[in-house]
Amino acid sequence: MDGWSRFTDTFFKPELIERYLPSIASGLVVTVEIALAVIVTGLTLGLLLAVVRTFRVSVLSFVIVIVVDAFRALPPLVLVLIVFFGLPNVGINVPSFAVLWIVLSFVLAAFAEEIFWAGILSVPKGQWEAARSTGLGFLGTLTHVILPQAIRLTVPPITNRALAITKNTALGTVIGVPEILNQASTGQSFAGNATPMMMGAIAYVLLFIPVVILGRWIETRFAWGRA
Amino acid sequence: MDALLQQFFNFEIMAKVLPLLLGGLKQTLIICVIVVPLGLVGGLLLALLLRAPFRAVRWGAIATIDLFRAIPPLVLLIFVYSGLPFAGLRISPLTAVSVAFFLNSSSYYAEIYRAGIDSIGRGQWDAARSTGLPMFDTLTFVILPQAIRNVLPDLISNTVEVIKLTSIASVVALPELLYSADMARSITYNTSPVVLAASIYLIMLWPIVRLVSRLERRIAS
Amino acid sequence: MTVPPSILQIRGLHKSFGSIEILHGVDLSVKEQELIFLIGPSGSGKSTLLRCCNRLEEPSSGSIIVDGIDLMARNTDINAVRQLIGMVFQSFNLYPHMTALSNVTLALRKVLRKPRKEAEEIGHRALARVNLAEKAGAYPNELSGGQQQRVAIARALALEPKVMLFDEPTSALDPELVGEILETMRELKESGMTMLVVSHEMRFARDAADRVIFMDHGVIVEEGPPEKIFTSPTEARTRSFIEKLTR
Repeated sequence: MDGWSRFTDTFFKPELIERYLPSIASGLVVTVEIALAVIVTGLTLGLLLAVVRTFRVSVLSFVIVIVVDAFRALPPLVLVLIVFFGLPNVGINVPSFAVLWIVLSFVLAAFAEEIFWAGILSVPKGQWEAARSTGLGFLGTLTHVILPQAIRLTVPPITNRALAITKNTALGTVIGVPEILNQASTGQSFAGNATPMMMGAIAYVLLFIPVVILGRWIETRFAWGRA
Repeated sequence: MDALLQQFFNFEIMAKVLPLLLGGLKQTLIICVIVVPLGLVGGLLLALLLRAPFRAVRWGAIATIDLFRAIPPLVLLIFVYSGLPFAGLRISPLTAVSVAFFLNSSSYYAEIYRAGIDSIGRGQWDAARSTGLPMFDTLTFVILPQAIRNVLPDLISNTVEVIKLTSIASVVALPELLYSADMARSITYNTSPVVLAASIYLIMLWPIVRLVSRLERRIAS
Repeated sequence: MTVPPSILQIRGLHKSFGSIEILHGVDLSVKEQELIFLIGPSGSGKSTLLRCCNRLEEPSSGSIIVDGIDLMARNTDINAVRQLIGMVFQSFNLYPHMTALSNVTLALRKVLRKPRKEAEEIGHRALARVNLAEKAGAYPNELSGGQQQRVAIARALALEPKVMLFDEPTSALDPELVGEILETMRELKESGMTMLVVSHEMRFARDAADRVIFMDHGVIVEEGPPEKIFTSPTEARTRSFIEKLTR
């Protein structure tokens, strides 16, 4: 057997591709579902926390900073294990996909809060003053004048961060969430062949490459747009 | 409430498993000492390839960076560790971790260096080249020092990410901090060891996270 | 003929930042339709005084009464009063993510709760008053500095203020763009607007101001008609300031 056929036999065996395509596809659906759920809840929560910080209530801001720092410093896998193994032992049963969704949402919220807050701070003080001088209240100024500018500034870093954190859906395999990696490793050990794993890797590339390229485009688009 | 404390903050268990976890911490630090420099150097090389005079090289570098940014690091690690043996390449967990991290974190570091190099205006290149400095010296002595300074917070914060990421080495049975903690958890039927591991990560990384926030604010202002 | 009533009255205004007092008790009364110029060296407190007039800066003590409404009273709705007091900033502060028209109509719609159509009619009229009717759909970064500042003036005008505050409205502009702002201000004055202006445009002050007030170190040193302040000031401090300017 020559090198090439040995290579294709190990990583691209046609009958295995056919056999495992459905399970990898179902894993892809699970991955996409959890990723989208994480993006929606994580970004919403992050924006909410950043808005709470604009109220400048020192106790609240302090608590937010501490919690956000902790979620930025802890490895997500550690959090996943604590929640997944800890909660059932105190009588709270959470399905594994929900564990993954909750943990990753909090992690994304922590990073997003930091980014949104930086965005809000970077809007010049004159924008607040101009809006307030026309009689707009605090919340009106925030929603109509400050946030639209702040969010625009934060599109590139938020995209990159959301991508990095949704890739962590692969951690779900450790707690048995039937996402792509889980399906791929199960397939690999059943088949005794690396083809399912290669399929899994390719599924991730197909899923995330467009996002990576979109992120690149957004970065050049938004980088020097408006002074 | 008491059950909650017993489950997550059982100090007796924590004290008992601490030596095991410190052994794991040592492994984690060893991994860091290997993979952080690998990533920093690999990233710089990739970033320089992005400025290569040949289009094919530049496109190759972009494709490499984007490919490894699209694949979750855990997938890469499991692929390297459990996939390659099927092709006859049997490697140790530490080698697998080093290879996977090299590919993954180089791509992230490369993007940061690139942003740094891009942030240096044409004028600096022109000035250095006009004094007769060759390309390579211009890069080494004029551009990179400024570029790295500009993106220092990002470099540090990516290093935090890499250190956090070493926790996935537990999945390939490398006895680092999280692996030790999870083993202790399964023996004691108690989550406190993992909480203890979390505290160790916090003690290690919190100061750096704070530092990065500070640096970012200073550069922004 | 009756004496025009005072539209803006400031009494015993003090303002401190931390332990440093910037305004040491300022009294000022502005009559309707008056154009008052505030001049003085930088750090004299003139901008702070202006910014206290709509409580962008919170006064430490003293009273400010606009059109009979006490700004400092506890039950005063400051957002409602701010519509009576238009403000124009040195750095324009246009909302960069909105068209000129939206910049003008935002407060009409969100504060006065006017329906879109009505707000836009008012907005178009305000833009026409500053000769920018045709730029309604333009974004701030598509406008020159002078045009941006005129949109900012229209934004304040649209709320039909009783008083307008100008905080160095021409300082951020290239010299060739200053004229159009001064022209707009002159037209405003002719239409009967009451204006309080901090600016270094001394020639304009001489031509258009009813009264010039010289401030230094947080107090009003001297005030009077422009020709008096510029040609025969009584106070030594005023004289040396004017001399430095005209030399």
